[in-house]
Parts: sequence; C-alpha cells; structure tokens
Amino acid sequence: MRRTARGIAVLASAALALSVAACGGEDKAPEGQPAVDPASLTAELTWWDTSDPQNEGPAFKELIAKFNQTYPNVKINYQSVPFGEAQNKFKTAAQAKTGAPDILRAEVAWVPEFASLGYLYALDGSELLADAADFLETPLASNTYDGKTYGVPQVTDSLALMYNKELLSKAGIGEAPKTWAELKTAAQTVKEKTDAEGVYLNPAGYFLLPFMYGEGGDLVDTGSQKIVVNSEQNAAGLKIAKDLIDSGAAAKPSANDSYGTMMTLFKEQKVAMIINGPWEVNNVSSAPDFGGLENLGIAPVPAGSARAGGPVGGHNYVIWSGMPQEKVDAAVAFVKFMSSAESQAFLSDKLGLLPTRTSAYQVDSVKNNAVVAAFQAVNEAAVGRPWIPEAGQFFGPLDQMATEVMVQNRDPKASLDAVAKKYKAEVVPGYGL
Amino acid sequence: MSTVTADPAPSSTRPGRSARPPRLRRSWDKHWYAWAMVLPVVIVLAVLIFYPLFRGIWLSFTNLTEANQVAEICTRSITGGEVCADNPNKWEFIGLDNYVRVLTGQVGEFWQWTGVTLIWTFVCVACHFGLGLGLASMLNRPMRARGLYRVLLVLPWAVPAFVSAFAWKFIFNERFGLANALLTAVGIDPVSWFADRWTALFTAIVTNVWLGVPFMMVALLGGMQTIPSELYEAAEIDGASAWQRFRNITLPGLRPVSMTVVLLGTIWTFNMFPIIFLVTEGQPAGQSEILVTGAYRAAFEGIRNYSLASTYGVLILSILLVFSLFYRRVLRKQGEVW
Repeated sequence: MRRTARGIAVLASAALALSVAACGGEDKAPEGQPAVDPASLTAELTWWDTSDPQNEGPAFKELIAKFNQTYPNVKINYQSVPFGEAQNKFKTAAQAKTGAPDILRAEVAWVPEFASLGYLYALDGSELLADAADFLETPLASNTYDGKTYGVPQVTDSLALMYNKELLSKAGIGEAPKTWAELKTAAQTVKEKTDAEGVYLNPAGYFLLPFMYGEGGDLVDTGSQKIVVNSEQNAAGLKIAKDLIDSGAAAKPSANDSYGTMMTLFKEQKVAMIINGPWEVNNVSSAPDFGGLENLGIAPVPAGSARAGGPVGGHNYVIWSGMPQEKVDAAVAFVKFMSSAESQAFLSDKLGLLPTRTSAYQVDSVKNNAVVAAFQAVNEAAVGRPWIPEAGQFFGPLDQMATEVMVQNRDPKASLDAVAKKYKAEVVPGYGL
Repeated sequence: MSTVTADPAPSSTRPGRSARPPRLRRSWDKHWYAWAMVLPVVIVLAVLIFYPLFRGIWLSFTNLTEANQVAEICTRSITGGEVCADNPNKWEFIGLDNYVRVLTGQVGEFWQWTGVTLIWTFVCVACHFGLGLGLASMLNRPMRARGLYRVLLVLPWAVPAFVSAFAWKFIFNERFGLANALLTAVGIDPVSWFADRWTALFTAIVTNVWLGVPFMMVALLGGMQTIPSELYEAAEIDGASAWQRFRNITLPGLRPVSMTVVLLGTIWTFNMFPIIFLVTEGQPAGQSEILVTGAYRAAFEGIRNYSLASTYGVLILSILLVFSLFYRRVLRKQGEVW
C-alpha cells in the first residue's frame, strides 16, 4: 500500500515537474505554484503540531502527505507536542539554540512573546506574505510585533455558545438565547423540564472574557498603556456570570478539572449549553452519546448590555530563527502550502476549523459547511486581544480570579482589583493603573 | 613538625619552590596521592553543585529574565540578513530588591505558601512516620504470607509519582470521582474537594501519605531487624508487656534510623513538587500552593524570570538549612553522634 502510494506521488511530482518545466520558458509560474522545481527542494523539516493528536492530528498528517505529492524530497518530521507544554518547550530549546522545531504551530498570544525574544524569523518580503491582504485582519494582526510580521495564521477561532438542540427543543426553546438574561431563563427552563442541567460555565479567565467584553470591558488598554481589568464594566460582567451560578441556572463548577468536566457533561447530554470554541466541534459531534453534528447548535455568545463578543484565538505557523538559512526555501514552501486556501478549506471540511483567508471562505465546501457558517457570525463579533509579548501572562491571575468569583463566591470587584495589582507588579510594570 | 621550621636551608637552596610553606610542601609530597584521589570528586562537586549554587545566589541579586538576558536581540529575516538591536532594558545588579519584593508580598504569596508548606510537611511526615512504624511493627513478626504483604505494601512506591497523582486526582473528582460516589452511597452530600483550601490540601496529603508510607515502612523495618532479639527475650523474662517492650526497646533501638528518615522525609516532602502541582493544581485560586509549586508558577509561566526563581530557591534552601542545623543540634543534645 505504502509503496504504491509513494510510487504515485513520485509519478505525480514528475509529471508536475515536467509541466512546470514545459511552460517555464514563456510565462512566470502560475500563482500558487513555486517558481522553482518542487522536486529539487531537498530538506528535512521538523514541525511541532500542538493540535489534539486524536481529533485533529490525522487531518494534518493527511495534509503533509498531500504536500509531499508536490515536494517529494522535503521530509516533514511531524511531532505532536501537547498544547500545554509546547510554549515552554519551544522557549527552552530556542534559547539553548538546539532542539527547537523548524516550524511551530504557535498560539496567537505566543507569537509576540517569541518574536520579542528573537526566536522567530521575520517573514516580511517573503512569498508567505505576498498575498497578506487575503488574510483576515485580526488573525494576521496577532503575528505582528514591532512593525514586522512573524507568522502566518493557520486557524482562527473564538468562543461561541454551543448547545444541545434536542434538549433545548425538549424544553420548548425555539432559538438560541441572544443575551445573558435570555440564557438564564433558557437554562432554568431546561433544568425544570428535562433531567439535564442548563449551562456549565468553565471558571477560567479566558472563558469569562465574553462576560467582560459583553459589558464593554477589556484587560488592558495598549494605546494609553493602562490596566483596565478592574473596571466597573468587567465587574458588572462577572456579576452576571456569578448570578447564573448563584441562581442555579448554571451548574456549580469545580475548581479543578472544570474544562474536562464541562466537556464530559456536554457530550453525555447532561448539560444543555456550554461556551467553547470550534476546536471541540469534532470531539463533540463524534461522541457516542451526543447524537452527531445535527444535534449540535452553534450561536454567537450572548450579549451583555454593550455588545456580544468572544476573544479572538487561533494558531499561527512560525519559523524558528535558529533554522539554517539553506532550509528557508523548503520551510516557506511548507508553510505556504499549509496555509493556502485549499489546505484551509480541507481542514475546515474535515475538522470544522475556521479558515483565516478570505478566499478560503469562497471555496464551495467551506461555503456549504454549516459549522463554518455558524462560526463565521461568531468570528465577526470577536474582540481582538492585546498583542503584546506579556499577553500570555494575563491569564494566570485571571484564572485565579475566576476561581475566586465563580467557585468561592468572592466579590468580583475586590477580586479584579487584586488582578490589577498583580498585572502592575508582575506582568506590565510600565502600565498605569 | 618543629623539625620543618627549624630547617629552612632546603627551601633557600631551591628558590623555585620557596614560595610554598614547607609544611604544606611536606604534606603535599607525602599525601599527593590522597589529593589526586579526591580531585575527581571535588571537580564533580564543583561543576554540579557549587557552580550552580553560587550562580543561583548571584542571580538572585539581579533582575535577569528571559527577556533581558542578552545584550542585543537579533531578528533574522526570512529573506536573509539579520537586524540586531541593543536590548533597551538589559539585566542589571539590583541588590536585595528581589528579596524585598518577595518577602513583603509585592510578588507572589510567600508567607501564605510558607504556611501551607509547613502544614503540609508536618502532617505528611507525621502520617508517614506513624503509619510506617505501625506497618513495620506488624510485619516484623512471623506470620503467614509475610513476603506477600511486604511486596503489596511497597507497591505504591514502585508506581511513578505522577501516575498515582493522576489516579488520586480522579478519585477526588467532584462529579465523577470515587470519593464522592462513596459519600453519596452512604448518604452524605458530595464534597467540593477543590473549592476549599483545607479539603484541597487534604486530597494532596492523602495522595502523598499513600506514596510515602512504603519508604518509611521499609526503612523502619530494616532498623527493627538490627535490634538484637536477646533484648526482647530478656525483657520478656523480666515480665515486660508488649507495649513496654515497644517503648523501651524498639523505639530507642530505632532512633538512629528514624532520626535520619524523618530528616530525609521532611526535606523531600518540603520540596515535593509533583503532588501539589498535579493533584490540586494549587486550587482553589492558588490557596493550596506550597513554596516550590508557587515559585515555579511565579517564575516559569510566561516570560521566565530566572532571578525571581533563584530568589525563591535561595529562600527555600535557607529554610531547610536552618531546619537541618536546628535538628542536628537537638540530636546532639540527646547524645546522638550524627
């Protein structure tokens, strides 16, 4: 099997090389095709993929196989690295100048941090950014640091309201709640009329951002260099979240393992609504007890008094600055392939991930993808995060605050004040309070 | 040795070696092989222990972090070429600032973590020793299938710490865990283990006791077997009860072993990172954090703060050093040569 596949790949690449050579004399290589002969590129590249190895990994491996059909001599050394460890592992290796991967799938908040430490290649002027205008603005913005661009967006995401259609209709609720108040009523109705719980809120900083954004709050103001995490808006947003738990509309969250608990309950149809992102779509729809994709509803996060919005998340491809210069062509070719509109369409088809290119949304399979369509509305409402090197450190204190408020019943404003103090002392000392 | 000082002539006749005091030279000539034998150990200790130790102490007086460690930050461009710019805030010597910031609570929760660490260490070591001693005395007498019991009791020790940590964490899971299932079965409301600092600490202590008892048991069992059986026989003839024999023969006989294992156990438990880190994750809201896990989170999340990590390291080392000195002094007072 494997041998025949390779034979076909070689044949295909030979044919492609021929055709490129044939038309090479007259006009420039067609768009999307490299100017040089793909078969002549020889390199071995290591790629650290931080996606879920069970749900998402296989699709990325398929893409690599496709890449090798065009570039038979570029060997991609695929390594799955757990998301939680990758950031520290990469930094350790990059600092030691050995053992870091040539290419990394970096979370959006990591890129400015790595760039500020000099660990990444600046990609300006390369083929990768030749069509930068095609990328969605907010995901691309996460790659810039100090005027240069250090990565290419792979996927974008944001938090959405994911709900169990069957449970909601059993409770007589026609459409997904649009405000937090509607969510509260819906959750209470579900609790009354079915034997499931209404909603499970993960008591973690990132997952509470929709409540804060909903009232018009934010963490810091990078323009005026000010810490605004303890604003009245944020406190008001957290009060809404807290009220959902206190009133019994939301299940009582646990301080430890709450994310896993949330997903288990949702997959087993024991809770009707959760707030989570597109990366879990595949996991939920393939769960044996859930009832497939047809049963999964996706709607923008409910609105507060000011707006409705989740945080912009996602992942980017970055290239380690310690990679030798001679591998640059191969690395660029690989990243270009992986972030191309076709590859993004392939991924969104397979996994429901959201493309970062405008052109990918024009591909038929993406256009007709219900999950993507649902999340597109979500993403249009998403709020950009502060793209500064310290951004990754915002969430430690924020998670602590989330546990205090959501589990331990502490006053939101007091808890937020403590977070602001910590930001000032430990994260962004240069900012004003 | 007076002969050496009374005979200065040889050193003046050999000017090349006159700089060295004669006594040292004599000693060197006589014992050079001893120095040569010790040299590898000295080198290994210097490289592995003294250099990192002194470098760590030095770092704690600076503000070195991952971001300011290099003098210039270079950015390589994918199109070739490299731009290097001076690091605007390069690291510098800041004296005792780190210590002031840590000890006054500006950064982290040093005193809270210290308190939790002390409780954690004391409770764990007390349970380890108590249970270990009990099990050891039970196993230290002829019984059927003694070998099997011993193997079974040592088993927790053989399981990697992180595996048991995850297992216990799942047992205490608030929704799906065994602990709450058992409580519900006997009609008690399920407990939100990780919502309160004391119940959270309790889960970690249970895990660590389970892990640590086998070591104590094996060490104490070994100690018991070195106590001469004549003592017990003599005591029995004198009519001593089992409790009297335990108090007056076993416990004193165990002292050399127990003092050492308690010291070891204290230091290990004090620095026991994986249990707290994996079982409670510091929840709720960092209140079950001990010094080592708190320091790790403070210094290695986000942009790493090497100087802060060193400061915590030096502080933890000092606490343990003071404890060891104090402990040694108590032992010496009791006539223990150690």
